[in-house]
Amino acid sequence: MTKFNFPPSITSRPVWGELQARAGSGHVFIADAHGAGAIMDMATPDLMAKAHIIYIPKGHDMSAELKALGPAQYYEGPSYAAASSRIAHVLGQAKMGVQVYLAGTESVMGQAMHAAVQAGIPSGSIQTEHRGSTARRMQCVHCKGFTEDVETDPFVCSHCGLNLFVRDHYSRRLAAYQAVCIDAEDPGNVPESKGIYE
Amino acid sequence: MSAAPQKTKSGSETLNVVVSAKVPVTDLVTRFEFTRTDGAPFPPFSGGAHTVVTMQDGDRTRMNAYSLMSDPADLGIYAISVRRDDTGRGGSKFMHEHVAAGDEITITYPVNLFSLDLTAKKHIFFAGGIGITPFMSMIGQLDQIGGNWELHYSARSAALGAYADVLREKYPHKVHLYCDDADQHIPLEAILSGQPLGTHTYVCGPEGMISWVHSTAASLGWPEAHVHSEAFLAPEPGQPFEVRLCKSDKTITVGENESLLEAIERAGVDAPFLCRGGSCGMCETDVVTADGTFLHRDYWLEQEEQAAGKKIMPCVSRFLGGVLELDR
Repeated sequence: MTKFNFPPSITSRPVWGELQARAGSGHVFIADAHGAGAIMDMATPDLMAKAHIIYIPKGHDMSAELKALGPAQYYEGPSYAAASSRIAHVLGQAKMGVQVYLAGTESVMGQAMHAAVQAGIPSGSIQTEHRGSTARRMQCVHCKGFTEDVETDPFVCSHCGLNLFVRDHYSRRLAAYQAVCIDAEDPGNVPESKGIYE
Repeated sequence: MSAAPQKTKSGSETLNVVVSAKVPVTDLVTRFEFTRTDGAPFPPFSGGAHTVVTMQDGDRTRMNAYSLMSDPADLGIYAISVRRDDTGRGGSKFMHEHVAAGDEITITYPVNLFSLDLTAKKHIFFAGGIGITPFMSMIGQLDQIGGNWELHYSARSAALGAYADVLREKYPHKVHLYCDDADQHIPLEAILSGQPLGTHTYVCGPEGMISWVHSTAASLGWPEAHVHSEAFLAPEPGQPFEVRLCKSDKTITVGENESLLEAIERAGVDAPFLCRGGSCGMCETDVVTADGTFLHRDYWLEQEEQAAGKKIMPCVSRFLGGVLELDR
């Protein structure tokens, strides 16, 4: 099961779509882990002839399958941070008409979305499709540190150690959800941790 | 309490102006420059804004929208350029033949439905004929902030390309003129290909040119949000029809050569408006009952809304048939 129906939420929460091939001068795919499946579902030889796939396997390695699609360019990196300079370079060189397709976890899609918007692509024309883990990239509002791959609520900040409550408030600039101390008024009174969507 | 003047009538606030100069630009285009009768500076405006000029043509009140084409940095004058259209409804002909330097007329505060996207990294303008006017003020605005732009201007001939000479002299590397009589055409695909990310494009000209730019840009993968256009429609003449105005308790007949909006105004009913050309949405009016065919011509209502027949834009749209009752 790699597709997940996110429950309805507040308006600041991103809504992900489904990738569709569009006319364009070039096609940049940025995906992690199960996001590879979304690319494979829509790939055609025509699309791949002008495609640049940037893939972060993250423990679910689909690199052989992606390479078999025959993209014009292929890059693989161990993390978004490692791939980010490549992504910035590709988007910096891109021309009007390039299509950007993001697939995989919210963390990778959110960060790549921010990079694409910074490069001058309107957010409404960047396509996304969520696949795989529903873990979130969270920012602690107290110490500002980011904790990646958060699956439970509450969780412990990986930077300052506070017990944090997972909120749906999302920052497109930071590509992260907001996490707020859950036991500030009554230290130590922390509810039992459970899955974010349980 | 708001410090803004209280509105008593529909439309934008008005300004009383004197025609300070009437300058022939080409065989067809004349520039009208205005100063305020009270001597105060004009309200600031942004590139692409327009004003609605009221013309008193005998019994008939004409109101036409024209792009402000003077420099937004100079608030001493406003200027518009009017292309004479001998086959149109007569507004431009009236301006050319009956408005003279020294005349006092009324214009509205500027309204901008075609503004620059200032997040753009580059601006590309496509002008067809008199469609050059909004770009004159946009270029003035970008000059102040050192914006990156280029203009592709299509005209019937160099002599009929209003301001082409001025623009080419001032910006020889940014302005490209294409003349029909020299069989020159805008190489649209080549221009739209290879532009840096974050480029926005703007088109003003005949309807065919506007749809050409939109469809070509879309086929090259340009985001819709980066393609801007402005077309003011002139109301088209049509068969006279009768309309019942419920709130005002009046029945009016819309004449062959007037718009529904003009007929409503002629009956002394105050109706909202801004652009009078089917673009801004201000005059949207609810239909109470209708038995007949709507002739929707606006750019405002969605296709489904036009088909539903529950709303009409009286500035450009008409009606054929028996009964039309409006909530006005």
